[in-house]
Amino acid sequence: MSDLAGRRIKSSNAAAVLWIAGAIVLAGVPLVLSPYYAGLVVQMMVFALFAMSLDLLLGYAGMPSLGHAAYFGMAAYTTGLLALKAGWSVWFALPAGIVLAMLTAAVFGLLALRTRGSYFLMITLALSQVLWGIAFGWRSLTGGDDGLPEIPRPDLGLPWSMSGNTPFYYFVLFFFLAGAFVLVRVVASPFGYALRGIRESETRMLALGYDVWRYKFAAFVVAAAIAGLAGCLYVYFNRFVSPDYVHVVRSAEVLLMVILGGAGTLVGPAVGATVIVLLENLISTYTERWVTVLGIIYVLVALLAPNGLAGLIASTRRERTRA
Amino acid sequence: MSALVVEALSRNFGGLRALSNVSLAIEPGERRLIIGPNGAGKTTLFNILSGALNASSGKVKLFDRDITPLAPYARAKMGLARTFQITNVFPRLTVLENVLLALLAADRSVFCMHQRMHDNERLFAQAHACLEHWNLSAIAARPAKAISYGEQRLLDLILAMAMQPKVLLLDEPTAGLSAAEVVRVVGMIRSLPKEITIAMIEHDMDVAFDLADRISVLHQGCVIAEGDVDAIRNNAQVTEIYLGAD
Repeated sequence: MSDLAGRRIKSSNAAAVLWIAGAIVLAGVPLVLSPYYAGLVVQMMVFALFAMSLDLLLGYAGMPSLGHAAYFGMAAYTTGLLALKAGWSVWFALPAGIVLAMLTAAVFGLLALRTRGSYFLMITLALSQVLWGIAFGWRSLTGGDDGLPEIPRPDLGLPWSMSGNTPFYYFVLFFFLAGAFVLVRVVASPFGYALRGIRESETRMLALGYDVWRYKFAAFVVAAAIAGLAGCLYVYFNRFVSPDYVHVVRSAEVLLMVILGGAGTLVGPAVGATVIVLLENLISTYTERWVTVLGIIYVLVALLAPNGLAGLIASTRRERTRA
Repeated sequence: MSALVVEALSRNFGGLRALSNVSLAIEPGERRLIIGPNGAGKTTLFNILSGALNASSGKVKLFDRDITPLAPYARAKMGLARTFQITNVFPRLTVLENVLLALLAADRSVFCMHQRMHDNERLFAQAHACLEHWNLSAIAARPAKAISYGEQRLLDLILAMAMQPKVLLLDEPTAGLSAAEVVRVVGMIRSLPKEITIAMIEHDMDVAFDLADRISVLHQGCVIAEGDVDAIRNNAQVTEIYLGAD
């Protein structure tokens, strides 16, 4: 048993070292890369956070949501509108965005959590499209499909203006690390283990005395909070929000990031997000058919690496040790 | 006071009457075996007892408390544990994690999001002790889907026992096991503390007669006989159902 405990401490140390190394590399990005590429890394961080939040549902609790953009978009619109039209500072606009995303998830959760599997997928899709319809149709508030341009960058009251790329990069990095830390802790907590149990067998969890609905609901709201944080960061980055933020294509894209990277780990979705953001920027310079490419990637992943890149790496490593 | 009482329980599936006016009273510490041919309604009865299914009419009482309207998890919290006819464990989690989840259900840290599971040394010690007790320490680190079928059946039972239940429902714990594994599982059930009340569905008559204090015979949704081992062994109607009329 002490052997097992020792191994546990060693592996958690290794994880901590990896985390610190990753943070240092990310912190060095603006010093090494040009502003364009630093901007690309900002997008990677935003979508990594978004994908990791979805993985709490898909990979850990086994809840396949195809409407996760609802919370991303809800927070983006809330923060954007408050910053643009009410002149709220980031200290209030950003938390307000997250809170609205959580409230939306609480309401949607009441409806969607009555179902599971593909029915859950369909109802989350339908609910998120309701939000898209509102964002698209309510022109006087949201600007319709023109979106809301000229949203100001956050003013933190620091000597460095956030309109500068480098200070803004560190602003995003801070929240990315904070959000990722929250997810890492939740996943390693007793609550996180209960979610894995629910993914594996709901009936067993019920028979053991777990109020399964309560855990799913809490996971739904926590995932929405982190997705909301990603949405807030993205609206400050782009200084723009449009119905695309809430659209089903955005939900499908983030679902693909999770599946491509490997559901059930937090590193997988982050890697998936990095790859997709990179590809999207690369391919968009040559063709407008990005959604087609996305579809092809999805088919290839489903055929060749159903457990994602993380699963692919794990299985090749296993085969090598066997050989 | 009986441990588990069933009063005039019925359950319909559409036009099919799966259970019809079933009444049982199981005393604390009793080993009650429930036997009957396929389709008699045994698993339906267990699903209603554990709350997985609702009754069409009738009542279920646990230590004199009416639990008919309660959800499965609420019944589990009151000390009612069950195993499943089709093995129900957490396949992609390790055997140790399976047991940890069973123990965690009663732990006060269960809904906690900010502490790390691995910092709960007490829970880990408990889980290791539990696996040691049932001689499964050697496979603690293996995923539940990678252990043998017999070991999975054991794990299913261990998960239920880890809850420290007052009443235990065993749904064919020996189903699909080899002769040697049956001996192991029967030995395990025999070794359970006497104060635990056990209701058990069993197809193997030798196992049933071996473990039972009393036996209830279910046939076409009705209890057609109840009594001790000798009474059931000599019951003409039961013999007829099992061997056919001549």
